[in-house]
Order: sequence, then structure tokens, then C-alpha cells
Amino acid sequence: MSTDTINALVLFANFILVPGITYGSQLALGALGITLVYAVLRFSNFAHGDTMAFGCMFTILTTWWLQSMGVSLGPLPTALLALPVGIAMTAVLVIVFDKLVYKHYREQKSAPVVFVIASVGVMFVTNGLVRFIIGPNDQQFSDGMRFLVRARDFKKATGLDEGLTIKLTQGLTVVIAIVAMLLLFYFLQRTRTGKAMRAYSDNEDLALLSGIDPKKVVITTWLIVAALTTLAGVLYGLDKSFKPFTYFQLLLPMFAAAIVGGVGKPLGAILGGFIVAFSEILLTYAYKKLIGYIAGERPETLVQLLSTDYKFAVSFMILVVVLLWRPTGILRGKTI
Amino acid sequence: MSLLSGKNMVGGYGKTRILNECTIEVDRGEIAVIVGPNGAGKSTAMKALFGMLELTEGSVTLDGEDIMHLSPQERVTRGMGFVPQTNNVFVSMSVEENLQMGAFTRTDEFQETIDQVYELFPILAEKRRQAAGELSGGQRQQVAVGRALMTKPTVLMLDEPTAGVSPIVMDELFDRIMEVRNTGIAVLMVEQNARQALEIADTGYVLVTGQNKYTDTGAALLADSEVRKTFLGG
Repeated sequence: MSTDTINALVLFANFILVPGITYGSQLALGALGITLVYAVLRFSNFAHGDTMAFGCMFTILTTWWLQSMGVSLGPLPTALLALPVGIAMTAVLVIVFDKLVYKHYREQKSAPVVFVIASVGVMFVTNGLVRFIIGPNDQQFSDGMRFLVRARDFKKATGLDEGLTIKLTQGLTVVIAIVAMLLLFYFLQRTRTGKAMRAYSDNEDLALLSGIDPKKVVITTWLIVAALTTLAGVLYGLDKSFKPFTYFQLLLPMFAAAIVGGVGKPLGAILGGFIVAFSEILLTYAYKKLIGYIAGERPETLVQLLSTDYKFAVSFMILVVVLLWRPTGILRGKTI
Repeated sequence: MSLLSGKNMVGGYGKTRILNECTIEVDRGEIAVIVGPNGAGKSTAMKALFGMLELTEGSVTLDGEDIMHLSPQERVTRGMGFVPQTNNVFVSMSVEENLQMGAFTRTDEFQETIDQVYELFPILAEKRRQAAGELSGGQRQQVAVGRALMTKPTVLMLDEPTAGVSPIVMDELFDRIMEVRNTGIAVLMVEQNARQALEIADTGYVLVTGQNKYTDTGAALLADSEVRKTFLGG
């Protein structure tokens, strides 16, 4: 393999592979929450992005408090210690909203679209709460070690022109996402409560007939969703930064991920998360340098298919394509 | 006194009266079959026994005890198993998981019951890891019956178990249902395939407009020329 090829591979890993896997994991965790709500409670939860912001906000506030007390995890971000608080607060939030809003419509046996509109209301309220408590601005809460692999060290060690950077938060995102997903699948596939959740999602009437308590299923689902959204929110915030509006915007790629994979199917949400993440990055990356390494001559233009300003359009395009050609998604989920 | 007994049941949906003083009874180790023309209230009568329909008059007793105030779920824990006509399996779950969900209310060890169901339906043992939605119509019905058997019911109620399956599969299902009966369970079923169902019935109920038109043993009903002419096509 020539040096140019290796340089091209490193460049690809640095700007596409590593960010793609990280962003994909974050989207996957978010999409898992969306898909679980859809599978069990049978509606598209528009408040999901802002719930993520809410969970992240409480984790940030707790992190700041811990930092002020001089508590630290050494090389790891303090936010990991604060995570349980964020998850607990989010659990309280979603269960309160369920009791105040969704329960009413469940008892009325309302159409799914009513739930969706109600969730838009919940979205606005949650959004307001977050802006009221922490404000609309960017917040940094990452501390500890910054890099697992530094570009400069990588270049020195390998003698290559291209460097590889892996941030600690990127490594953490992937590890935590994998652990969370394994736990979720173990829960759904192996435990009695998890199976009851799947049964309720599959066939509500038969689940009731089998003696499965719908109230317990609903609460369990919200608790899991609270944990997944907070995780997704905190990992995204650590990796980039926390800004309430960004989290609202994440709603679109997360929904695209859930739908592309097959809504209602947890495995589909994960698959969809990575498809959306890589599509966004592949379509907005400037290939000039990469082509230069491969072809031996750099093109004059940037060779960027889309400006990064249009990254949300990618989610839209994927949605349109999937809904036209395979409305149930790759893993044949439910139709929306 | 029969094990499960619905006497003089009157009821319907909203203002529409469907059951008019209809009486259905079934005892241990017996198959009772409800037949009759479309709209006669066959399924409604069964739903009334299971508590899925509010009755304005009449009584429903299980083992001599009034169960009118119990919800369907509570009736399941009292020993009534119900197999709905449609959507009667968890399609995305494996055969074994379907059976486990059937035993959801049980707190004791139920592996033995699963083994018994596999003994009764050997094909299910073979397909235990397969999703119920991938099985054939007849196999799905076996899963549905198996799921209902997991609570070890004393009464098994089947709403048109042979709807949409081939004649060969129907014969096999009826054989299995007789085996269930032979274990001492009371079996009550609603059937469209009246002739075949009456052949295995210990008691047959012919319903017309929510009323008992004829009640006799299955063999006697099959022998009755009037029943044959009116309901069995000659």
C-alpha cells in the first residue's frame, strides 16, 4: 500500500468514520426512544428532542454543582457522575406529562394524530422549561481528558501527513451507546417485563387477555425512554455542546433514523441512526483532499456535494425516499 | 350444575339486543358447540360468558359461583381460557414466548405446562424459536390454543378456531381439541363448520336471533332432519 493510500484512509477515518460512528450512536440512542414510544404508546413523540435537552440540562446543572464541590472523575467527564440525576429528573418529567396529558387521551382512545398534536404541546412546554431554567445559550460542561488520540502524536508516531484525532467523548459515546443497547436488548428479549412490553406492543388486546398490566408497561416504557433520551442528550452535549435549539433540531434526523430503520423496531432505530449520520457526513464532506490522495492530483473545487448548512435536508431526502419506496422502513416496521 | 353456565342471557351492543334469553352450558370433559346462521349471536354469546359484553338480564356462573361482576382478565385467573377468532397470537414473538405470555399471570414454575402443550402440539415444539407470524394458519391456531392453555384453565373457549384453515387442518385441529377435552377441560366453541363441529360435540346449541332454537347432543342434532335441512344444508 502506498503512503498516499494510507493517508487517504486516515483522512477518511478522521473526518468521516469516527464522526459518523459517534453521531450515529447518538442518533441511534435518540431514535430508540422514539421507536419505543411509537411501538408501545403508539404515537410519534414530537417532544423527544426537547426531552433530550431537559435531561441534558439537569445533568449539566448537577455537573456544575459537583465541579463547584471539587468532585471530579479524573480523566472522565464529571457529567457521567451527574447522569443518574438527569435520568431521574427526566423520568419524573415524562411520567408527569403522561399522567397529565397522554393518560387522558389513552382513556379516550384518541386517534394517534391527537397524541402527536398533544406531544407538540408537551414539546413547547418542555422547551419553555429548559429555556427558563438554563437559558437558550450554548453551554460547555465537558471536562477531564480531551483526547484519546491526538493528531500531532499520531503523525509523529506514524510519520504520515494526515493525523487522526479521537476525542475522549467520541470513545465514550460509542462505548456507552453499545452498553446501553446491549442492556436494552437483553431487557426486551430475556426479561419477563421486557417480553410483556413487546407483547403489549404486538397485540394490545391479547396482552390484556393474558393478564399484562398496561399501566406497568406504560411506566416501564417511559422510564427506559427517559434513560435513553438523557444518555443521547448528554453524549451529544459532551461531544459538541449543549444548546436547546440544536436539540429541537435533532428531532428530524432522529425521526428519519427511526423511520428508515422501520419504526417500532429497536434494531431498525440503530441501523437508521447510522444511515442518517453517515449520509449527512458523506454528502456534506469536501472530498478535495481525499481525491487528491487517491488520484494523485487535487481537484480545483472543494468537491462538496452539499454545504453543511443543508445537513438537515439530507434527513428530509432520506425520509422522502424511504416513504416513497419502502414506507415500512428497512426492517419492515409499522406504517406511520 | 354445569361448570360454566350462562342462563337466560339478554344483552347486546348499545341499544341493539343480540341475545334474547340465550342459555349456554358446558361441563368438565365435554365439548359444547354453538352453531347457527350468521348474525345469530354465536360469538356474542361466548363474549357474554367471558365478560366482554354487558348483560341486562340472566346469570353467568363458574363452578356454581356468580362471576357476572368479574372482568375478562379476572375470569382468566379464575380458570377461563379464551382464544379470540382473529389476532390471537403475538406475531412478532416466538412460539415459546407466546406460551410464556399465556402464563404471564402465573407465579409458579410453568415449564411443565409448556412441555404439555408441546406434547399436545408437537409441531410447536419443532418451531418453538420461530416467530408466530411466520407460521401457517393451522399452526398459528395451535399457538393460540396453546397460549390459552398456559393458565391451566378449567374451561377453554374457542371463537371459530377453524376459520380460514383448510379441511385437512380443520380435522387435525378438531382432533387436538378432543384431546384437550379428554384431559378433563370443558371446551366451548363457536363454529362456522357446523356439521364437522357437531360430529365432535357432546352438546350442540343451535342459535337463531339470539335464542336457543335446538339444544341436544351433537349426534342427535346431526340426525334431526329439520336441523339438517335448515342449518346444515340437507
